[in-house]
Amino acid sequence: MYTGKIRQILLITDGCSNQGEDPIAMAALAKEQGISVNVIGVMEQDVIDEKGMTEIEGIAMSGGGVSQIVYAQALSQTVQMVTRKAMTQTIQGVVNRELQQILGRSQTIEDLPPEKRGEVMEVVDELGETVELEVLILVDTSASMKHKLPTVKEALLDLSLSLNARTGDNQFAVFVFPGKKNDVEKILDWTPKLQSLTSIFSQLTTGGITPTGPAIRTALSSFNSKRSLRSLMTGDDESFLEESM
Amino acid sequence: MMMNHSLKSRCKVAPGTVITGKWHSNKYTVIKELGYGANGIVYLAKFKNSQVALKMSDNGMSITSEVNVLRSFAKVQGSTLGPSLLDVDDWKSSRGQISFYTMEYIQGPDLMTFIQNKGRSWTTVLFLQLLNDLNKLHENGWVFGDLKPENLIVTGPTPKIRCIDVGGTTIQGRAIKEFTEFYDRGYWGLGTRKADPAYDLFAVAMIMINTAYPKRFNKTTGGISQLREAIRRQKDLQTLEKVILKALQGHYTNALQMRTELMSLAMSSQKPSSVNQSMASNSTSTIQPQKVNQTGSQPKTRQNYRKKKKKSRWAETVIITMSLTLLYFLYIFQKLL
Repeated sequence: MYTGKIRQILLITDGCSNQGEDPIAMAALAKEQGISVNVIGVMEQDVIDEKGMTEIEGIAMSGGGVSQIVYAQALSQTVQMVTRKAMTQTIQGVVNRELQQILGRSQTIEDLPPEKRGEVMEVVDELGETVELEVLILVDTSASMKHKLPTVKEALLDLSLSLNARTGDNQFAVFVFPGKKNDVEKILDWTPKLQSLTSIFSQLTTGGITPTGPAIRTALSSFNSKRSLRSLMTGDDESFLEESM
Repeated sequence: MMMNHSLKSRCKVAPGTVITGKWHSNKYTVIKELGYGANGIVYLAKFKNSQVALKMSDNGMSITSEVNVLRSFAKVQGSTLGPSLLDVDDWKSSRGQISFYTMEYIQGPDLMTFIQNKGRSWTTVLFLQLLNDLNKLHENGWVFGDLKPENLIVTGPTPKIRCIDVGGTTIQGRAIKEFTEFYDRGYWGLGTRKADPAYDLFAVAMIMINTAYPKRFNKTTGGISQLREAIRRQKDLQTLEKVILKALQGHYTNALQMRTELMSLAMSSQKPSSVNQSMASNSTSTIQPQKVNQTGSQPKTRQNYRKKKKKSRWAETVIITMSLTLLYFLYIFQKLL
């Protein structure tokens, strides 16, 4: 029924953007391309101000994803939970659309009697286990994030542990913003293993500005360039399936 | 969290609220809130003069998912680990449609409270029960996943351990659905998050450790070395060390193996107290020296810890052999006289 892949951006930040495009608009752009944007706000002793909160929720909302504010200690558990939740959410969306095609316009899973719902859920579970997943991780490396970066690294390794327990394939890429020269810098290209992060993360430098919007835009183009490369190699049928998502 | 906020407010209902099912039209009167988790709120409710537990969630799919698990629990012959499922329905509240299910109300203190009140002698008995139930679950192709003391309730009058939250239950071979870091082998760097029986047995071992460290502890170095040290620091855990360490390292492939070894440990450590009065005091000495030895050689640093361990093992062997020989001579003497 559904053989495409699930594509997500996972944004880890601790506050408000202050440069470039509106991140909420960029998240909406991602959603239009079938990529969901999830946001995790990391706090330590400092509290994220209201403006930052609104932006975090706004990005996830318009990006069709999930958002959560956590203390740094709870980051590992949260990162894997948010990713998983967003994945299930996407699959449910797809299943709902399929159901609507079969049962008529207004029917969703919730309109089925509870007994039938169980069978649909089994399909959703099955897909969640086997579907191909691409996660692009965007890490805020503005000055205030400096001492949270070791925790972020731990959380990302933990995420790959969780996702690699699935039967389906995973691809990860890691970008940081602001980068050394540009707004955004790719520190890990698409790979099924996140372990190589360990050495890269310790060398990261942190900078002053927070260009969240441009970061999401660059992330999007990374998905696209990856896709076009793929379709060149395997023919065009794959990208068609992705678009049906 | 965005989703959690809406979930809490939508599923929050006051005592006395009547919840009527849309499909089966059963009426439930909410008595009080029993607890809430990531996936919803559980209420105690009255249904036709009996008490049931009612779980509500904004996320209908998580309800459906849990109901699926409870249904398959029902198919596991003779297992009483999870609550039995009573009804699944939707409630058309003023705040929109909310999915819920009702299950048997499992009443009692949680594992930690029970052990604190009744004493540690109950611990092993409850773990033996738990391992038996887990074995049945595993044989049917499932793994419990999110095993932790908060999810374990001891019911009465004959104490029996039961599980109240089945949200983490996963089909074997898939990725664990839900877990709690302290009880997760992935967190400690001691294995994957793929659902296999050994995953649950790891959690059981961590709960054993937890009984001696009620406040738990954080990961420092992680791995088996940190956990082994934690075990050796607590006298209560030392007697179980062999079983705990094997479970932590995934040496048991099924729950029954662990159960058998735990059972034999329990029998050997109970012997002295029962034999004490009737038999010669010598019999206690077979076990006592071991304990003394282990506490005596408690490691301060990890460098000289390995050497000491080897030494203490030799000492143990020698002492055990000697005391056994002594006992044997006593026995022969008795026969002769």
